[in-house]
Amino acid sequence: MDHYLTLPGWGIAFVQSFLYIALAPLLVGWVRKVKARLQNRRGAPLLQAYRDLYKLLAKEVRVAHTASPLFRAAPYIVFTATWMAAATVPLLVVDLPTAAIADIIVLVGLLALARVFLALAGMDVGTAFGGMGASREMMIGALAEPAMLMAVFTLTMTAHSTNLSSVIDQHLADGFMLRPSYLFALGGLVLVAIAETGRIPVDNPTTHLELTMIHEAMLLEYSGRHLAMMEWAAQIKLLLYGTLIANVFLPWGIGRGVSAAALGLGLAAVLAKLAVLGVALAVGETVLAKMRIFRAPAFLNLALLLSLLGLLSHVILEVGA
Amino acid sequence: MTMETALALAGLAVVLALTSAAVSLLAKRVPATLRTVATPLLGLAGLAALAAGLAALVLGGSIQTTLPLGLPWLPWHIRLDALAGFFLLLIGVVTCAVGLYGPAYVRGFEHSEDSLTALGGFSGLFVTGMLMVVLADDAFLFMVAWELMSLSSYFLVAYHHEHGANRRAAFLYLLMAHVGGLMILLAYGVLAAFGTGFSFNELRVAQLPPMWAGVAFTLAFVGFGMKAGLVPLHAWLPAAHPVAPSHISALMSGVMLKVAVYGFIRVVFDLIGEFPWQWGVAVLSIGSVSALYGVLAAMMQSDLKRLLAYSSVENLGIIFIGLGLSLLFLSTGFRALGALAFVAALYHCLNHAVFKGLLFLGAGAILHSTHERDLDQMGGLLRRKPWTGLFFLVGVLSISALPPFNGFVSEWLTFQAALQAWQLESGVLRSIVPIVSAVLALTGALVAATFVKVYGVAFLGQARSRHVRRARRGPWGMQAGQGWLAVLCLLLGAFPTWAIQLIDAVPREVLGSGLPQAGTHGWLWLTPVSAQTASYSGPLVVLMLAGIGLTAFWGLNHLWARGAPVRWVRRGDAWDCGFAPPSPRMQYTATAFAQPIRRIFGLLFTIDESVTEQEDGTTRHRLKIGDRFWGWLYLPIADAVESAAKRVVRLQSGSVRVYLGWTLATLVGLLWIIT
Repeated sequence: MDHYLTLPGWGIAFVQSFLYIALAPLLVGWVRKVKARLQNRRGAPLLQAYRDLYKLLAKEVRVAHTASPLFRAAPYIVFTATWMAAATVPLLVVDLPTAAIADIIVLVGLLALARVFLALAGMDVGTAFGGMGASREMMIGALAEPAMLMAVFTLTMTAHSTNLSSVIDQHLADGFMLRPSYLFALGGLVLVAIAETGRIPVDNPTTHLELTMIHEAMLLEYSGRHLAMMEWAAQIKLLLYGTLIANVFLPWGIGRGVSAAALGLGLAAVLAKLAVLGVALAVGETVLAKMRIFRAPAFLNLALLLSLLGLLSHVILEVGA
Repeated sequence: MTMETALALAGLAVVLALTSAAVSLLAKRVPATLRTVATPLLGLAGLAALAAGLAALVLGGSIQTTLPLGLPWLPWHIRLDALAGFFLLLIGVVTCAVGLYGPAYVRGFEHSEDSLTALGGFSGLFVTGMLMVVLADDAFLFMVAWELMSLSSYFLVAYHHEHGANRRAAFLYLLMAHVGGLMILLAYGVLAAFGTGFSFNELRVAQLPPMWAGVAFTLAFVGFGMKAGLVPLHAWLPAAHPVAPSHISALMSGVMLKVAVYGFIRVVFDLIGEFPWQWGVAVLSIGSVSALYGVLAAMMQSDLKRLLAYSSVENLGIIFIGLGLSLLFLSTGFRALGALAFVAALYHCLNHAVFKGLLFLGAGAILHSTHERDLDQMGGLLRRKPWTGLFFLVGVLSISALPPFNGFVSEWLTFQAALQAWQLESGVLRSIVPIVSAVLALTGALVAATFVKVYGVAFLGQARSRHVRRARRGPWGMQAGQGWLAVLCLLLGAFPTWAIQLIDAVPREVLGSGLPQAGTHGWLWLTPVSAQTASYSGPLVVLMLAGIGLTAFWGLNHLWARGAPVRWVRRGDAWDCGFAPPSPRMQYTATAFAQPIRRIFGLLFTIDESVTEQEDGTTRHRLKIGDRFWGWLYLPIADAVESAAKRVVRLQSGSVRVYLGWTLATLVGLLWIIT
């Protein structure tokens, strides 16, 4: 562990965590652009997400009379927890101090913290839509979180460590080895990522129909910079899941050690991988329709089953083999 | 400080608790004694127990003595060691909070019909019983103290006996406590049959054949499991805990269940000491079922205190998952991993005592100012009771296992222990552990959903009834009791390394191996197995969360706001997508919030739901959720007892001669057995 805790390590961890908040709107813009092209639309410019955030940040905040102080604190807590969770996922290089502060279980815990405050904020004003969104979000979260934990446990059992850097190191050291457990875990994690980031077929980020909303329903009462923080957190979460899938399952290109070349290569590699994942997401969202809300449990049970199969196939087939 | 002083402090705690009980006798004449003397004395007893436990853990030794009480050939043995010290600490922490909280709370009873003497007297005896169970060093004193604890808590459950439902709950509790007590007695009997006496030292060296060890384990597991409320023996718990006065509920859920865990650890880990892996699997399975069933049942409830009681079933399940993992690792020779799982279980014991105590005290504060336990009548309490709201939020985050609070640390440790399952030789065991950890993960996520429901419905939104709208801040004593536990929640979450170094004395004493590597990287880093395997820095997570959050808040509200052309925050009506202004009745209720989960896991419960149209044109929704275990386990037993009773009743002829005949026949039969 001590070799993580170096001064350059802290410096790069700092830079990397700011890259997360800087790049998050870009990924969303990219997905929207690709999706628009697939649907024969021209779509908004790539940088539109940044402009939206800027616009929201400059706007006046409107808060309901019935809102408690929790309503005003929640955007900052959600943003901070999501950002911290993201900071523990290696983006450019591995072996950073952030990975030692918080391992993969803490990452899941921080995301849960953000979700709990999001749901509480949804219930705070006391509108019917807010409660509905919170109830649905917690239902999805309750089923998605165990699936996510099982998927990452498959990786951590292989690496004998819950530290994400060690997991990636192990995967790189193994070379390209086709492990059945990894495929199951990948399947499970992709399904979880779709559900947790509120994408089609579980939730529709662009919906305007309140009764079908999950994530958006909790944000209905937010405006101005509060809304900006919430939106930004959601974008960071998408980037987080994308990076997790890209760098853990396909770690090639990620930098090892602190040098300009490693950082440059790491950045190029992760951007390329995220661009491909973004296209995949856009294609998926174009060809699939949103499910009924009560089909979502079946979707998430599949994710849990896949992840558990991954873990079981690891402990039965791969350990000791 | 020496162990003698620690033992003296523990003795002082017992004496103070007994004095509190004795002083309460005056409460009939002078009602204020309960508030001004008896309850604070209970708090002081807690403080003494806390100090004694802390000293025993820090010093790490053990001290034994005998009291000139008990049977002529078996004086009462007393022993204070690390295990006893840890549980003394746990009892002390919650009792302290109750001592702070109680005076203001019992004031509400001064003008009611209920007997204050009974409340104060049995509270004192209850705490005495729990302290004595932990200090006992022979089976006789253990059983005496255990019964004292069970009986005095029966009277506290039956405190509001004017309601029939409460009497039934208390009777069920008494019945199950006694069946459990009988099992524990028999377990000691089996151990003693192969030993030389009833003191724990003699029981510890008893050589049991494997089959009899299995019998003793089963009896102890059922007996202590019944008290701990493990599924399927949990039925008394959600009935009994909610009906006691709230500060007693905090003691029952927070502490008494842990005394059962103490008994299980003492008998299985300490006295029996050697175990096959099958025991680990048994404990793991029962623990997992309890955890999952407990949280689902909690999710279904709308009664706040009943919900908290079901959540205790869930948490005890998590504790037993830790103990099961420990048994599994120890029986297969992984002593260090066994110690890790053991520490995780103990840590969760302490955490659960703290946050469940806090939540019950919070529920009591709501009950105190609104006379309401039904979540569907609450709402908007955060603005009316800001301190209770804040402390309750800390409890909610802790119990939901969210970083950086304490519940997260113990769950993290349990996961770390489970993730070492790859080291096990047997493929079957290797695959059981991941399934258990999946259950644990599902449980954790459902707990978060349950407590978002509780907090969102009770404290946020708008008040759903008039008396809740009139709720006011409570007295400072009640807030101080909650505040003390809330601060502990944060401290135990932020500085896990220190807490584990303190707890470490227990596995070193009971199992012979501790977690020496947990704090090798300093107090900042928690590395339970090795730094390579896993590390967590509670202080840095707290620091970063607070730092980033406050910076963002300050930056956006002050730096960025400078020169803003318009007012920066404006209050208005809720937008609600432009529909009519929402009324409190349009909010999601607790029942509505749980509906998706109820729909997914409905098969586990008997759900009776109907919507009927009334004559005046309004519709009425009725929902009744039952525990399936009633039909599976309890009703068949009750029916069997009843039909057996019907057969036996034929003996009751009313003639004295026939009865004398039966007595004679029994006597002859017994003599025949003896000879």
